[in-house]
Amino acid sequence: MKQYQIDVNGKARDVEAEPDTPLLWVLRDELQLTGTKFGCGVAQCGACTVHVEGQPVRACVMPVEAVGARKVTTIEGVSGPVADAVKQAWQEVQVPQCGYCQSGQVMTAVALLREIPKPTDADIDAAMTGNVCRCATYVRIRKAIHSAAEAGK
Amino acid sequence: MSRNYIQWFLKQHAERAEASSLTISRRMILTGGTAAGAGLVLGVGCRRRGKTPPDGKSGDKPGDPPPAKPGDPPVGDTPVAANDFVANAFVRISPDDTVTVISKHIEFGQGTYTGLATAVAEELDADWSKVRVESAPADATRYNNLAMGPFQGTGGSNAMANAFMQMREAGAKARAMLVAAAAKAWGVEAGEITVADSKVAHAGSGKAATFGELAQQAATMEVPEKATLKDPKDFKLIGKTAARVDVPAKTDGSAKFTIDTVRPQMVTALVARSPRFGGKVKGFDASAAKAVAGVVDVVQVPTGVAVLAKNFWAARKGREALKVDWDDSEAETRSSEQLFEEYRALLGQEGKSVRSDGDAANALAGAAKVLEADFEFPYLAHAPMEPLDCVVNLGADKCDVWMGSQMPTGDQMAAAQVSGLDAQKVAIHTLLAGGSFGRRATPNSDLTAEAVSIAKAIEGRTPVRLLWTREDDIRGGRYRPMMVHRLRGGLDKAGNIVAWQQRVVGQSIMKGTFLEPMVMPDGIDSTMVEGASTLPYEIPNLALDLHMTEVGVPVLWWRSVGHTHTAYTTEVFFDMLVRAAGRDPLEERLRLLAKTPRLHAVVKLVGEKSGWGSPLPEGKARGIAMHKSFDTFVAQVAEISLDARGMPKVERVVCAVDCGIAINPDNVRNQMEGGVGYGLAAALHNEITLKDGKVMQSNFHDYQPMRIHEMPQVEVHIVPSGEGPTGMGEPGVPPIAPAVANAYMQLTGKTIHRLPFRRGIEGGAA
Repeated sequence: MKQYQIDVNGKARDVEAEPDTPLLWVLRDELQLTGTKFGCGVAQCGACTVHVEGQPVRACVMPVEAVGARKVTTIEGVSGPVADAVKQAWQEVQVPQCGYCQSGQVMTAVALLREIPKPTDADIDAAMTGNVCRCATYVRIRKAIHSAAEAGK
Repeated sequence: MSRNYIQWFLKQHAERAEASSLTISRRMILTGGTAAGAGLVLGVGCRRRGKTPPDGKSGDKPGDPPPAKPGDPPVGDTPVAANDFVANAFVRISPDDTVTVISKHIEFGQGTYTGLATAVAEELDADWSKVRVESAPADATRYNNLAMGPFQGTGGSNAMANAFMQMREAGAKARAMLVAAAAKAWGVEAGEITVADSKVAHAGSGKAATFGELAQQAATMEVPEKATLKDPKDFKLIGKTAARVDVPAKTDGSAKFTIDTVRPQMVTALVARSPRFGGKVKGFDASAAKAVAGVVDVVQVPTGVAVLAKNFWAARKGREALKVDWDDSEAETRSSEQLFEEYRALLGQEGKSVRSDGDAANALAGAAKVLEADFEFPYLAHAPMEPLDCVVNLGADKCDVWMGSQMPTGDQMAAAQVSGLDAQKVAIHTLLAGGSFGRRATPNSDLTAEAVSIAKAIEGRTPVRLLWTREDDIRGGRYRPMMVHRLRGGLDKAGNIVAWQQRVVGQSIMKGTFLEPMVMPDGIDSTMVEGASTLPYEIPNLALDLHMTEVGVPVLWWRSVGHTHTAYTTEVFFDMLVRAAGRDPLEERLRLLAKTPRLHAVVKLVGEKSGWGSPLPEGKARGIAMHKSFDTFVAQVAEISLDARGMPKVERVVCAVDCGIAINPDNVRNQMEGGVGYGLAAALHNEITLKDGKVMQSNFHDYQPMRIHEMPQVEVHIVPSGEGPTGMGEPGVPPIAPAVANAYMQLTGKTIHRLPFRRGIEGGAA
């Protein structure tokens, strides 16, 4: 076991973990930040999406030792006008069904809109295709992203 | 799940209940007799199901939940504050105006929390923004599914169908008590009091109070015997799309699922299970596993060997290091292709007759034109987003279980059996579940039993969180069964369908389980043929028979059960016949559904809304399919093109649905959209295959879920209805695969005989 200090949601957090422990399990098991979900463990579903220096990352395959001093943001800490617009749109469009994947969907959508404020359907496909929703709420995810983009104009 | 199954399931559970300590007697269930607490619902649910009009003026009287008594289990899963007004088992009002609705059904995406609360809030005249929902404890006497007898469970898409009137009555009675309290306090006539938005008022005296202000007095009022329900024309919430109660927490990461449960000293358990179904532990060497930092224990349980660790990562590494020697002497070792060969061989032999109208063989022999087609369906995993999980805290005289419990009565009994405790000592805390699609309801409550077994093996020293990884889930069995169908149809000279012969081969969900002797007295598992046995087209000569195969792969209901394959075979073969007759698929459906008005209406509506018959650009085509399941009528038109590999690309789906009164139209649309996506994933991509008994798929890279770029536009049109509400969770699934296959047939002239389409088309559609 090794000691790490990682920056999560703007706070320095001290954790003890094996170096290869995925960031996901450090967040969930050590820091009790359970909004970030486990879905596949192999970067195939996006339920564990967090931001590392603002970029969407699959926390299930990022070892804690690779995080270093970079800033990690989880669903619990994501904020700002784009994040607010996305969360607002998610509620207005009534996106979630079971809701399990939605933290990851929201995190990827926020990263997309920060990069491309007015995405096309093709931009949405490219950015969101790594985020699986078994309830298939995709019609509404697309609509909510467009709606958040409108709100952010 | 089918109604049939559920009824038998209940009888079985009643026997188990008798054997354990639940106080429902078998005689009572079989005879419909009454006893305090449970009797009120017996024999009511099944007759009421889907038949009670929303005005509540006719239909049977739903039972009143007995009022809580001292010593009863809590109402809901949080402690009741001393000055809360507990109106009944479903409604609690706090001094701060919060209205808490107790849900007897799990919420796993289908919107039931919102639907139940809508029915309560409507009759209560509550301010929707002050309504919250919490899960009921396991208590079959108060929280049973009225369509399941004395059994608490969610399945068969019947949550709203069974509970709609019950929840309305619960809300109306709570309202009457608030009004009575106000009348008493103000010295006015109850009849002069009005209620709106959680406020009670008397215009004459100018008095007014909030629900919260009246809560304490209301608690002292007599529980009314009869509830006065609203006229549907006065509905303010029902049919008007109340915002879902669970959406805010599902948007900001705060929603709590089983996997998020944290208990002091809790350890995480992963189980090494046999790579072949039916394999057993011969021996194991835990030394390397125990050497992994963080691993605290390794124990054998009936399903395999459990590795317990301080966190998930250590448990996973520990399980990788574990060496288990498996005994495969009783395991299933066949490959899926071998099974298909065996199934195909059975197509040539007559099976058990399920339905016989007229004389199909004779009519076929005399037909002007005869068509024949075989269809093959793979095993399918449910793959809900939240992998299976269950948290158990086992004490000397108490067992707490936190899980997405789809069948709290069954889970409670399983925990009681494994732990050796009395069932009343088992508390089931039902959390939100990240999907299920059928997987969280098993006849033997496998997940609960496994988790409690682990807790018992460590003598309850610490709470245990059992997790299944995605690989465990995909390889864990309990699949939608592999099925093979053969259809023969005959047309007369004019092109009318005069004969229909269908043979179904596959593995029964019921057979081989403890349910078999009761579920299948006539030797037929009706869930294997539902949708085919009830084919609604007017065809004079129709025969259906069934072969049930013996395979060691555990199978289970998968979102819409038998309809997953019967809708495909009946609707695709119907199009083959209609096209051979040179007729229009939509017109011919309308003609042969003349006597089933609700199906006729959805087909007609979907035709209008999809622009059926209007020209499409080159390279595009439409296909239609309709199907009734869980008392809901659905028709879909799929508009497709072909991608570069020649696979169908579904661009637009128009859907018409009649689900009785649409309690929450937006959620009806959401469920239809989701049903289309879930059904399409399976149709386009999914199969579980076996090689020498081992599952070849393991995760989302080789069991591909639907992704956003593949998702079509979906338009949903709801047939206005005054009928009672029917199922919404499952009925969106069955029509999509045949609608797409029929569009493919229109575009290419070819029929897709094997699913998934990828395999059916690459293997050569004909």
